[in-house]
Amino acid sequence: MADRIKLQVARYRPEQESEVTYDEFEVPCPKDWVVLDGLNHVKDRMDGTLAYRWSCRMGICGSCGMMVNGEPKLTCATFLSEYAPGPIRVEPLRNFPVIRDLIVDIGDFMRKLVTVKPWIVRDEERPLSAGEYRQTPQEMDEYKPYSMCINCMLCYSACPIYGLDPKFLGPAAIALAQRYNLDNRDQGSGERMEVLSEHEGIWGCTFVGECTKVCPKHVDPAGSIQRYKLTAALESMKSFFVPRGA
Amino acid sequence: MIKRHPEPLLWMLFSAGGMLSGMLMPVLLLMFGIAFPLGWVAAPSYEAIAGLMGNPLTRLVMFSLCALSLFHWAHRFRHTLYDGLQIKHLNEVIAVVSYGAAVVGSGLAAYLLWQLG
Amino acid sequence: MSHPVNHGHVYTDYHPRWLRRRVSTYWWLEKPAYFAFILRELTCLPVAWFAIYLLLLIKALVDGPAAYAQFMAWSASPWMILVNVVSFVLLVFHAITFFVAAPQALVVHLGRTKVPGQLVLLGHYAAWIAASAAVVWLLVRA
Repeated sequence: MADRIKLQVARYRPEQESEVTYDEFEVPCPKDWVVLDGLNHVKDRMDGTLAYRWSCRMGICGSCGMMVNGEPKLTCATFLSEYAPGPIRVEPLRNFPVIRDLIVDIGDFMRKLVTVKPWIVRDEERPLSAGEYRQTPQEMDEYKPYSMCINCMLCYSACPIYGLDPKFLGPAAIALAQRYNLDNRDQGSGERMEVLSEHEGIWGCTFVGECTKVCPKHVDPAGSIQRYKLTAALESMKSFFVPRGA
Repeated sequence: MIKRHPEPLLWMLFSAGGMLSGMLMPVLLLMFGIAFPLGWVAAPSYEAIAGLMGNPLTRLVMFSLCALSLFHWAHRFRHTLYDGLQIKHLNEVIAVVSYGAAVVGSGLAAYLLWQLG
Repeated sequence: MSHPVNHGHVYTDYHPRWLRRRVSTYWWLEKPAYFAFILRELTCLPVAWFAIYLLLLIKALVDGPAAYAQFMAWSASPWMILVNVVSFVLLVFHAITFFVAAPQALVVHLGRTKVPGQLVLLGHYAAWIAASAAVVWLLVRA
């Protein structure tokens, strides 16, 4: 087993050049090192100008998403040894504008997330004296997978539709909307429906399914979208035959 | 107020068409397209098949199958051209041609099946 | 590969130009999963083909016994057999991929318990077999 491995890291230095270049770094490859460890080694000892995001290094903050050999991965959860003998190509997350090196702007997602109202919406708030909102384990299972999203954006990178049409709402946003739609404490499905039912809402999705494949937290956004398509379509039929207010 | 656009209806037609075509087309193609012409199974006589097709229930199923399958094709084809080949500037033309063809085909199916009765 | 596009952003020294890449027309060749997806979508073509084939059959029935015999003879020609065999394979692929997708959209509840997706899928396969058997029985006894 080789004890060193080459990283081909994409560099984008907007103040110097307008294209991407690749720098090659040879880093140690102990059994337990992940790609993030390799990048940290580069930054600490080889090239301090390398720019990238990371935080928890344990797969819960969602900061360290990058393309590793063309696949969107959390670099804190991807072992270097998996790619031995290498080289490993590390690039910024696809389908997002690159600010610098491996850092992308996810402002588009942040703006879209707010539009789906990812919080409990109540017609009427209960007073504290009424106690907690009760929920059985089965009721929680309805939405639990969708609550696991860490906003890492791997799904948006994997989604070809998002790449082709940046107006598409996207897998994570819709999965998070469903997390609340399917929560029995929430009464906001109607409010979310307008945004979700737009042309670039759920109807932009053609069920490629890559989002579910790359999700590190097994959220299954593709499933959440297909399920909502049926809900929204039936609702649409209902509102067609039974006009609002009737 | 949800902006009215036809996507939900088109998706339901696509889904129904996909389900019906998935369920019935393989066996029908196997029989009519391969087994009967190649003589693996004796093809039914004209009287037998006309009688079978003349049955109102059969005709209803056949109409649903043809019409919904064409709408299934139209929806999927239009999206594949849009996403696969990025023919965005022709989006409206493709949509009209695809769904239009499905409407025409459905009309044709209805007309022909009516004549069988 | 990269094609910087300015979408009306004001780039300054403190807000340098972001890199926005255009998606290639051949994006579907970049990953096996993308290619499989496009292939799945293109199974709509044999679906449309067989719908037309059925309409031709029905037209032949409307026209009478001679037309029906001619339709059967035409179907037996080598090119038609080839087209239909390829279409059959693609139609089976369509059916399987469609039934596998169905449980994701069709979440069934019996009372308060969710029916497992695998069971919904098995139900589809069972219906497929039953429908096929019924069709074969109807055609063979005719």
